[in-house]
Amino acid sequence: MAGVSTVHRPDSAATTRRGEGLIEFLLRASAAVGIVTTVGIITVLVVEALFFFVEVPPVDFFTGTRWSASILPYAFGVIPLVTSTLLIAFIALVLAVPLGVLAAVWMSEFASQRVRLIIKPILEILAGIPTIVYGFFAITVITPLLKATILPDLGTFSALSAGIVVGILVLPLVASLTEDALRAVPRGLREGSYALGATRWETVRRVLLPAALSGIAAAVILAMSRAVGETMAVVLAAGTNPQLTLNPTESVQTMTAFIVQISLGDTPTESIQFKALFAVGATLFAITFTLNLISAWLVARYRNVYE
Amino acid sequence: MNEREPVTKPSVSQIGASAPSGATEATSASSKNPALLLENVSCWYGGFRAVREVSLAIPRNKVTALIGPSGCGKSTLLRSINRMNDLVPGFRMEGEIAFEGTSVHARATDVIDLRRRVGMVFQKPNPFPKSIFENVAFGLRLLGETTGIDALVEESLRAAALWDEVKDKLDQPGLSLSGGQQQRLCIARAIAIRPEVILMDEPCSALDPKSTLQIEELMRKLIRDYTIVIVTHNMQQAARASDYTVFLTMGDDRAGYVVEQGETGKIFTAPQQQLTADYVSGRFG
Amino acid sequence: MSSQTTTRRKVANALFGLLAFLAIFASLVTLVALLIDVVARGGSSVDLQFFTSAPSRIPAKAGILPALVGTLWVTTLVAIMTFPIGVAAAIYLEEYAGRGRWSRLLRINISNLAGVPSIVYGIFGLALFVRLLGLGRTVFAAALTLSLLILPVVIISSMEAIRAVPPSQREAAYALGATRWQMVRRALLPAAAPGILTGIVLAVGRAVGETAPLILIGAVTFVTFVPVNPFEDKYTVLPIQIFNWAGRPQAAFQEISAAAILVLLVLMFLLNLVAVILRARLSRTIQW
Ligand SMILES: Nc1ncnc2c1ncn2[C@@H]1O[C@H](COP(=O)(O)OP(=O)(O)O)[C@@H](O)[C@H]1O
Ligand SMILES: [Mg+2]
Repeated sequence: MAGVSTVHRPDSAATTRRGEGLIEFLLRASAAVGIVTTVGIITVLVVEALFFFVEVPPVDFFTGTRWSASILPYAFGVIPLVTSTLLIAFIALVLAVPLGVLAAVWMSEFASQRVRLIIKPILEILAGIPTIVYGFFAITVITPLLKATILPDLGTFSALSAGIVVGILVLPLVASLTEDALRAVPRGLREGSYALGATRWETVRRVLLPAALSGIAAAVILAMSRAVGETMAVVLAAGTNPQLTLNPTESVQTMTAFIVQISLGDTPTESIQFKALFAVGATLFAITFTLNLISAWLVARYRNVYE
Repeated sequence: MNEREPVTKPSVSQIGASAPSGATEATSASSKNPALLLENVSCWYGGFRAVREVSLAIPRNKVTALIGPSGCGKSTLLRSINRMNDLVPGFRMEGEIAFEGTSVHARATDVIDLRRRVGMVFQKPNPFPKSIFENVAFGLRLLGETTGIDALVEESLRAAALWDEVKDKLDQPGLSLSGGQQQRLCIARAIAIRPEVILMDEPCSALDPKSTLQIEELMRKLIRDYTIVIVTHNMQQAARASDYTVFLTMGDDRAGYVVEQGETGKIFTAPQQQLTADYVSGRFG
Repeated sequence: MSSQTTTRRKVANALFGLLAFLAIFASLVTLVALLIDVVARGGSSVDLQFFTSAPSRIPAKAGILPALVGTLWVTTLVAIMTFPIGVAAAIYLEEYAGRGRWSRLLRINISNLAGVPSIVYGIFGLALFVRLLGLGRTVFAAALTLSLLILPVVIISSMEAIRAVPPSQREAAYALGATRWQMVRRALLPAAAPGILTGIVLAVGRAVGETAPLILIGAVTFVTFVPVNPFEDKYTVLPIQIFNWAGRPQAAFQEISAAAILVLLVLMFLLNLVAVILRARLSRTIQW
């Protein structure tokens, strides 16, 4: 080689002038707000929950089956709250998953471009309606409707009513995430199936749904996380009666409903009830955070396969 | 700052003094004082070598055409000159590129300043979603110019042979122009900041024949003031519009290398290499 | 293949299409039912007096003035705070951070934050803004809490808008000797502006409807005056007012609750309209 053999490795910082260091610092600081928030949330929840666990042993909290924060004798076993939360989430998913997946399939495989342009905004509107409005809908329409038709003995508050309304609320989420997953299935797979003479339904059932499975699973898990963390609709529809039951016609209290109940009253901040708020909040955060991580992992998996 | 002053770096001035080993005698006459000098340039994308040991002298105030089959590294080479490849993660270069005697990759070379002196026109016209006027004024505003912008914009549009077509609608979006007009707008935008060299990467590949001819005419005019390097896949274009031609092709490892370079007339009528003869006559590529 | 199986396959296909259509239809019906219910129940209560009065123990005299003003206060402050930080974070993640570990962590973190239940933000706001920083039960504390809540949404939508700008635009600016910040300021942001602004308006719309976190940080449910000083005064917002009225057994309160919902939905509809118009107007000149 004649003369020179310098290796040039581009340094992307070279396009930044000296005065721009401050700008980059500000941009970076803004991006770090997210990290600070996460750390802050975790710190607050852990520290405040520890104050609670000083008074109530974690074992009693996590394995206790009685919750009574306002009526003596007090009991702080979180299982009734968690069970109620999961019961409502389960009812919601039973409703939202089949309907949401079907809706997604219809939008991505059956609907014409024109129809899709009408349907998508409708789902977006549904997704954008405040959850307090859904709560109102539950007590003014869903519960009376259930009473008038199949369950004449249903009370004002019930897990069923709450589950149904939360199902309506997460349906758009299931539909749009499932649609994303279906869209990520390569065109070739579809065409291969049609070329073999399969009908649309057969293509959907044998090719698309299996191929989009991890994406759909991600959608379901994220919807579950939403349902677990849902507050206003559940407070209005399910009531504030902390009991351990799997009967959907009973009034129950979810974790979020307990948190709201405590903060609505004049509960002194040093009281054990107020500290319980943070312990329940920490539990709620841990559950939803885990679900979100699983969902993100599943999405990353299908992206990896097809991109 | 005086970045424009050549940095005296022994190795670089050495290259400037003598023609590169790879250059043929055809270019040596004008390469006594070339605008750009490439010495043993190799380029990698990650582990893949896209260009192998290219040495070239780009003469001043001439049009130099880079021709060769698709994927042989023409764009890579061109984009190494104004360091646009710095934006590509994993890109790496070996060898030297000297611009007016100064290595473009030297630590003391400011890439911002380099790109202001070496303009570029892209394959697909890429005007900004701004008015015609603001497109041309873009580079001037980057330089912080506040006075005389109107005059410079007009001058640049005239130089790009676009003035008559747009003088009554300077405030309309650049994207409302036709493809050929958009490309001339991009040329006007590039020359508004008075670069010394203009790099053009297949500037006519998205244009109709009439616009293509307009741009070729324009290039012939521009070389009074500028040095032009153009990548083209169009043989006729290289033959019509360029003074010097560099023919590259790929080896078995898909790394591009120079087969032959010289005056355009010679490359097209009396090529020294069989490969060149086959390519310019359309037998492969 | 017998014609019988062919028929069966065709029927299965048609049935499935019908079922899928019904699924969509069900959500449509729900939306319509919800809107009809709200309008039928609350429509007649929406009059001038409803907008100009404070809440009252007598439903017929009650109004939403303090709640409406509180909502406007909170919304404005949220928009002012999330806009610069959200866009700056998105610029950093898309144009500066590269693809290394640190930037991956930032990205994952943002999308995780978007999935944290809003009530948890309320708990955080209560501990940090209301108690630790001593901001108290003020509009300012509410705005800070809701800003953190919608920030991930703003960042994600801004990142998408920035990513949608073709790379050729960046190259054009760099080739003219733009520094990185000049490229961002003069080429990237103008081109991404329609998408960024639309995303922010929609995210702010989400903040308008949030209820749970504000209950935590003490939006008071019964406020009879209009908040003037966002750093001092007690306040309430529309969703809280709705919640307060909806929870009462009397039908008359449910009616004004529905009326307040109507106002809230119209407000959100207007914000969406702004987003649509903004997108249409700003992107008219941008057609890649
Ligand atoms: N950004 C990139 N990353 C990885 N490989 C690239 C990139 N750009 C180009 N290449 C590869 O480098 C080789 C040369 O490409 P290019 O310079 O664009 O060729 P030409 O312009 O002659 O058609 C090709 O094999 C191409 O696939
Ligand atoms: Mg090329």
